[in-house]
Amino acid sequence: MLEVQQDTIETTYREAIRMAIREAMQNDERVFLMGEDVGNYGGCFAVSMGLLEEFGPERIRDTPLSESAFVGIGIGAALAGMKPIVEVMTVNFSLLALDQIMNNAATLLHMSGGLFNVPVVIRMATGGGKQLAAQHSHSLEGWYAHIPGLKVLTPATLEDARWMLAAALEDPDPVLIFENSTLYNKKGSISTEVNKVNIDKASVVRNGKDLSIITYGIGLSKSLEAAEILKNEGIDVEVIDLRILRPLDTETIIQSVKKTHRVLIVDEGWRSGGISAEISARINENAFYDLDTPVSRLCGEEVPMPYAKHLEHASVPQIETIVKQCKNILQHERV
Amino acid sequence: MDTTSKDLKIQLPEKEKALDLLYQMILIRRFEERSAALYTEQKIRGFLHLYIGEEAVAVGVMDALSKDDAVLATYREHGHALARGMSAESIMAEMYGKVEGCSRGRGGSMHLFDKALKFYGGNAIVGGHLPLAVGMALANKMQGKNHIAVCFFGEGAVAEGEFHESMNLAALWQLPVLFVCENNLYAMGTALEISESEMDIYKKAASYKVASSPVDGMDVLAVQKAAKAAVDYIKSGKGPYLLEAKTYRFKAHSMFDAQLYRQKSEVEEWKEKGPIVTFTERLKAAQLLDDDTLSNIETRVRKEIEHAVQFAEDGNLEPLEDLKKFVYST
Ligand SMILES: Cc1ncc(C[n+]2csc(CCOP(=O)(O)OP(=O)(O)O)c2C)c(N)n1
Repeated sequence: MLEVQQDTIETTYREAIRMAIREAMQNDERVFLMGEDVGNYGGCFAVSMGLLEEFGPERIRDTPLSESAFVGIGIGAALAGMKPIVEVMTVNFSLLALDQIMNNAATLLHMSGGLFNVPVVIRMATGGGKQLAAQHSHSLEGWYAHIPGLKVLTPATLEDARWMLAAALEDPDPVLIFENSTLYNKKGSISTEVNKVNIDKASVVRNGKDLSIITYGIGLSKSLEAAEILKNEGIDVEVIDLRILRPLDTETIIQSVKKTHRVLIVDEGWRSGGISAEISARINENAFYDLDTPVSRLCGEEVPMPYAKHLEHASVPQIETIVKQCKNILQHERV
Repeated sequence: MDTTSKDLKIQLPEKEKALDLLYQMILIRRFEERSAALYTEQKIRGFLHLYIGEEAVAVGVMDALSKDDAVLATYREHGHALARGMSAESIMAEMYGKVEGCSRGRGGSMHLFDKALKFYGGNAIVGGHLPLAVGMALANKMQGKNHIAVCFFGEGAVAEGEFHESMNLAALWQLPVLFVCENNLYAMGTALEISESEMDIYKKAASYKVASSPVDGMDVLAVQKAAKAAVDYIKSGKGPYLLEAKTYRFKAHSMFDAQLYRQKSEVEEWKEKGPIVTFTERLKAAQLLDDDTLSNIETRVRKEIEHAVQFAEDGNLEPLEDLKKFVYST
């Protein structure tokens, strides 16, 4: 009796990213990691813990608090033949480097008539949920998805945490990776087999027929839990993990809409002008006549994130609110 | 000139003043020790950055200010808030996330504010408040007011563009602003020597034509004297001033920090130079302080903190319907 068992390992989201960085550094001399506290401190979310000892300070490069400069330096190094992974502690601080990301990384290829591409990877934590208040808790990845020239990845699963980085480093253009900070401790098992994941397709994580939840990042686990609760009430929900906010995989979204005819978009980012608005517009443009109910959205409340726990909790979509909204959508139709 | 009260024999102030400075430092110390315990009990959440070891800087500088001067600080600002005169209750209630807190529970530990005391936060983007201080100084100048704006920040902020842009504009426009750099040698886990090509922060000021000096930030009298001189300089219309207080943070950066970036022995050495122990010794030697007086101060502080904790425990939560309040003024 022969049983073929695929090898798997128990890991966390944090360790999966660390494995990806380590592997990239081992495979390619041009890869280096740069950012605040990535070395001696081990990374503000402990992602790079131990890498300084392994690769030394040339390649695990601590920077001063100079977001605009070190992101720009990453872009410059990429132009000159290196493959930098720049870590910005959180998306809130990336605003100090927004000029470099937008006016240099995203534009150089086009502005130079195709002469100069920028193969830089910029990683940063995003999201709330830790009572860090209004300067440390927002989900601004949707903003970055507004910018042509960038690719915006939002790994929500351990597989993507483990394998998206390699794909990002292979890409000739600037790639931003947003790691939701509440996911770092997420545990699970992943295959040890090399998994060449794509960075242009959304994934249908759960099949269902009654309604499609379209989400990404931290919204994925909340939506999956909501789907489980709804299943017990006879509601069969499909859940789509966008994985990539730019380029947005319209095709997978539309296919799902054509199947379920009802949509809920779940996004921690603010509603007005956010990525949820873009998704909704694309559904209206491409599948309006397939809809049984209007596209529905659950987004972050339009308020700078408050510190108090109950207020913060009420500021972003939660499992309870997702469940309720799904029921409303189905109810709406019966009325 | 590195002003250290021991070296330069800075005269002790009169007894009442000296004891008040000591009381303030002890209040900050005990308040934060209690806050750390409450954090472990999960009464306080989010980030909690302790100022323990650096108390002399806030206490010394605040003493040199008038009530009309504006104060801006970082996320490590419990000490500044207390030294400016904010009540322990309003800060504790804030960290409990209660409506009775100084920022109605919206801000937490990193975002303490007080309008009456002209305390403008509590800013958690490193370097983000330096331009604000310059702007407040500009407004004071344009309105013909002889008030200054005082901005506290760590040496980590000096690497940000905002530091350099602010210094230049403050000097160019001759604005009444006091920059107080609290150089505690580490920005999270990044040591000064791996972040600055010029490690004497005060020397950077020269290239902007900003007057500056270093001061022993572990010595409350030295800080007070240096701050007084800087404030007088600014108020006499000579433009901005940068004071570099050499100090040290005894605790972790925030509550979670394995402190792999520094030696335990280094921390211990600095603790011996601690602002409270050294000042206590000095006062005792000068017979301005005896054990009874010290224990009276400790008792008074303990009661104040007990009261603050009770106040926070008894406080109320903002109703959920008010979530979107204060996004706009009307
Ligand atoms: C622009 C920005 N980048 C990064 C951070 C994360 N961060 C918070 S405090 C800190 C270290 C700051 O050190 P320093 O300015 O010396 O002040 P200290 O904490 O030592 O008082 C860092 C990196 C931040 N809050 N803002």
